[in-house]
Amino acid sequence: MNSRGTWAGTLAVAALIGVAGYAALFLAPAEKTMGLIQRIFYFHVPSAWTGFVAFFISFAASIAYLLRRQPKWDWLAVAGAEVGVAFFTCVLVTGPIWAKPVWGIWWTWDARLTSTFVLWILYVSYLILRTLVADPERRAVTSAVFGIFAFLDVPLVYFSIWWWRTQHPQPVIGRGGFLDARMYAVLFVCWVALLGVMALLIHHRYRLEALRHEVDEMSIEADRRA
Amino acid sequence: MGLARAAAIILSKELRAEFRTRELLNTTVVFVLMVIVLFSFTFDPTSAESRRFGPGLLWLAFLFAGSLMLQPSFTREQANDTLAALRLAPIPPVAILFGKILANFIFLLFAELLLLPVFAVFYGLHILPVLGPLLLVFALGTLGVTTAGTVFSAISSQARMRELLLPLLLLPALTPVLIASAESTVGLLGDEPALPQVWTFLLVASDIVFLTATWLIGEYLLEE
Repeated sequence: MNSRGTWAGTLAVAALIGVAGYAALFLAPAEKTMGLIQRIFYFHVPSAWTGFVAFFISFAASIAYLLRRQPKWDWLAVAGAEVGVAFFTCVLVTGPIWAKPVWGIWWTWDARLTSTFVLWILYVSYLILRTLVADPERRAVTSAVFGIFAFLDVPLVYFSIWWWRTQHPQPVIGRGGFLDARMYAVLFVCWVALLGVMALLIHHRYRLEALRHEVDEMSIEADRRA
Repeated sequence: MGLARAAAIILSKELRAEFRTRELLNTTVVFVLMVIVLFSFTFDPTSAESRRFGPGLLWLAFLFAGSLMLQPSFTREQANDTLAALRLAPIPPVAILFGKILANFIFLLFAELLLLPVFAVFYGLHILPVLGPLLLVFALGTLGVTTAGTVFSAISSQARMRELLLPLLLLPALTPVLIASAESTVGLLGDEPALPQVWTFLLVASDIVFLTATWLIGEYLLEE
């Protein structure tokens, strides 16, 4: 994408975020029992969905890297993983902010919270792995293999924690209700806006990785000439 | 040479190397024993509590032990660059991984079986009536631990801070195996022994996912 395209994209995403924020704060009907704090839901839930999309991009890019061996797939894999971790960090921060006034506690070892937390740790360890392998090609291969294992592990993590939790007393959670149609619409708008943010962040992170790659190549070239 | 035969040869090499020194087995057994003892210091459980928490603790100890004992699987090959020699062998590269997975599976399972009676004595558990299903759980759980562990050991052996990195990669990925093994063991050692099918299913599913992924993409880790 050229720089004009990037600017246009940035403006479009900024406008979308503005619309989403307005919709979540003013257009969506107030929730009956939870009141204002419930509106955090319009960013909390789409952040999780967007994080999954980013992890899926990382997974697909890892497979593409192992098959094609072009560095660009590795750049996309790290961009997806890092942006996914950022979104899941938002999920893990906005969750307790909502939970404290509604449940009266910041955190509970409920199935969804626990599995989200494990997922977050799994991808943080992916990012740490990347910092610890010096050779770029080894880094790309090892992290691609780990990234694929991690993504395949996600359903196992979710099912295991789900079954583990449903065997125990469930914490009281106000789930299972239905959403007002306007709430769904706002939720969807917010998700589209966050997907835009994700695309923008991945684009920039990818470019950063490409530039780093270029710098590495240049320093290797300089060493050879010296 | 076929995959199975090549893996069997690697396996016999690993077993020979280990049983000459028994380094891995000795350290693993003592490590798990120590964790079990430390647990009773820190929590001072009553006998009912230890029956409830014991199996989970045991699996946690196995998992930590696994994340430490699987490290040498590949670093041991680095001292004399023997992995390069293995790579040159006219065998499918993934056979090296499968041979090592099998060897580690045997090591860890062997250590677990040595520890099981000790654990039963310490915590007053009746293992004999449920020995069959218990062995099945141990085998399935250990297979999951060692499959992911051996692959991740191939990854961490190529990184810095590898001793710290392997547990970091392995422990979150093994959450499903830990939960399923611990819950199955709790079920079998409880007052009304039963093997919860859902956990056996999850263990089998984890093993299949890990083994299939290893078979498909494991060999990339062995490239020069």
